[in-house]
Amino acid sequence: MKDFYGTQLPNALMLGTAQYPSPAILEQAFRASGASVATVSLRRESGAGQAFWQMIRDLGVTVLPNTAGCHTVKEAVTTAQMAREVFDTKWIKLELIGHTDSLQPDVFQLVEAARILTEDGFRVFPYTTDDLIVGERLLEAGCEVLMPWGAPIGSGRGLSNTYALRAMRAAFPDVPLVIDAGIGVPSHAAQAMELGYDAVLLNTAVARAGDPVEMARAMALAIEAGQRAYQADPIEQRDMAEPSTPVIGKAFLS
Amino acid sequence: MSDWSVIGAGVAGLAVATELARRGASVTVYDKDGLPGAHACSWWAGGMLAPWCEFENAEEPVLRLGQKAIEWWADKTEVHRCGTLVVAAKRDLPDLRRFARRTEGFQDVQTEEIAYLEPDLHGFAKGLHFRQEAHLNPRKALHDLCRGLQEMGVDIRHQPAPGDLGNTVDCRGLAARDVLTDLRGVKGEMLVIRCPDVGLTRPVRLLHPRLPLYVVPRGDGVYMLGATMIESEDRTRITARSLLEMLSAAYALNPAFGEAEVLEIGVDLRPAFADNLPRIRRRGRVIYANGLYRHGYLLAPALAEGVADLALENTHSEMVDEDHT
Repeated sequence: MKDFYGTQLPNALMLGTAQYPSPAILEQAFRASGASVATVSLRRESGAGQAFWQMIRDLGVTVLPNTAGCHTVKEAVTTAQMAREVFDTKWIKLELIGHTDSLQPDVFQLVEAARILTEDGFRVFPYTTDDLIVGERLLEAGCEVLMPWGAPIGSGRGLSNTYALRAMRAAFPDVPLVIDAGIGVPSHAAQAMELGYDAVLLNTAVARAGDPVEMARAMALAIEAGQRAYQADPIEQRDMAEPSTPVIGKAFLS
Repeated sequence: MSDWSVIGAGVAGLAVATELARRGASVTVYDKDGLPGAHACSWWAGGMLAPWCEFENAEEPVLRLGQKAIEWWADKTEVHRCGTLVVAAKRDLPDLRRFARRTEGFQDVQTEEIAYLEPDLHGFAKGLHFRQEAHLNPRKALHDLCRGLQEMGVDIRHQPAPGDLGNTVDCRGLAARDVLTDLRGVKGEMLVIRCPDVGLTRPVRLLHPRLPLYVVPRGDGVYMLGATMIESEDRTRITARSLLEMLSAAYALNPAFGEAEVLEIGVDLRPAFADNLPRIRRRGRVIYANGLYRHGYLLAPALAEGVADLALENTHSEMVDEDHT
């Protein structure tokens, strides 16, 4: 597994911490899934979320603060700086929202903010689209990880454009790639790993499931399955059947 | 007859005092801020007695224990048994389907039935009607509890609790954090508006992936809009974003809300434990009753019964998670 800014993660599930029925269930979801990274939003809790933040720290996993809900470079940079102080980490998941309805990334501001934050010493995890040129620009800006969307945040639609995601994997073979957003069910997460992605970041699919703990476990299993499958080098698809037992010597013309 | 002191005159303290007094204990209530008012987070509640709806995002005890609340309150204050209407804009119908899957005790309603139930709601093709639910006016309910306590001879003293009170129930809410260290505050923001042009008769919940809103009618064209749920402990201010989102959602329910007069803005912290369920803990002669979270009026009756069971009969309800006598 590729490392993320020099950190080797024990598994490929990055789990969000928003929208759970309670902090207790959030914690159980982390325990059940063994998720290696907890993303946490600072913006909505600005000022005084100490009790909740302490619970996140107490999960004992790597914390990846995010800039969820930021619409401008200035907001995102300020939020990142605040996150660095609160969680004592250089990691930042950079989200720059371009549109309230689709929550799609504003890639132009994203590249600019990535450059500013990288120069300031941050390790930037940019939430981006599956556009290859944007990916290149983000790498030029200093990012060493790319996090393309599978589908819009919270939509649960799975990987909308597997062609583009395959192309991205092929274009950046050495860059850690994380599918961020759009996952609805475990098969989506498995598919992301089968495409050769290095990790999956999800939140709504677990937090808003009827049983978040069981869904978290299911996601972790699917991610492991997809990862193992990718490493096992799956067969190619073909148009005709290929018999798995020899036909020579059998009366196949009967 | 046993003597009990209750600290805190919010919904928890008053309900506990009521239940103790009703079962024959001699009770005195202490609150450093006096009778219920803006200092208590129960002052800012919605007052929905909606266990079936709340079950969408809460654990099973909320559904079961919350069902006791309607009858408990009905002989103490005015309870409006009009049910709850849950609606979603067309684009958010997946949220309505999800809500329906996670809850029970509702009927599907369509355009005509929605129009019949609430003629002032327009443009909603589908909804859920939880007809067993009810609502009350929280401030009137607190007032009525105080009056009932006074009738039973319970003294409500406007003073901090003196030290060494003997048998005590601590219902201080988030202030009890000095002792209950696993308590946290969850920020809630709400508005009270006057809008006589809109005539809703029952609580209406508007589902939305980002900002679920409820509107509770308080009578005379007054409505409570609520409420945000933010993992923050800043009770000093409402953000422009929260105001904007709540008012936009109200406007989506009926554009006439755009002309409403904003009467009050409330911000407070709900006391909550990690699983967002209430707890009763006995340490020596003090019983701590806390963690009602967003279910103050819904679960205060069950909490009060649990405290009285422990205090007077030494029986342990499911809310008791610690007992060191």
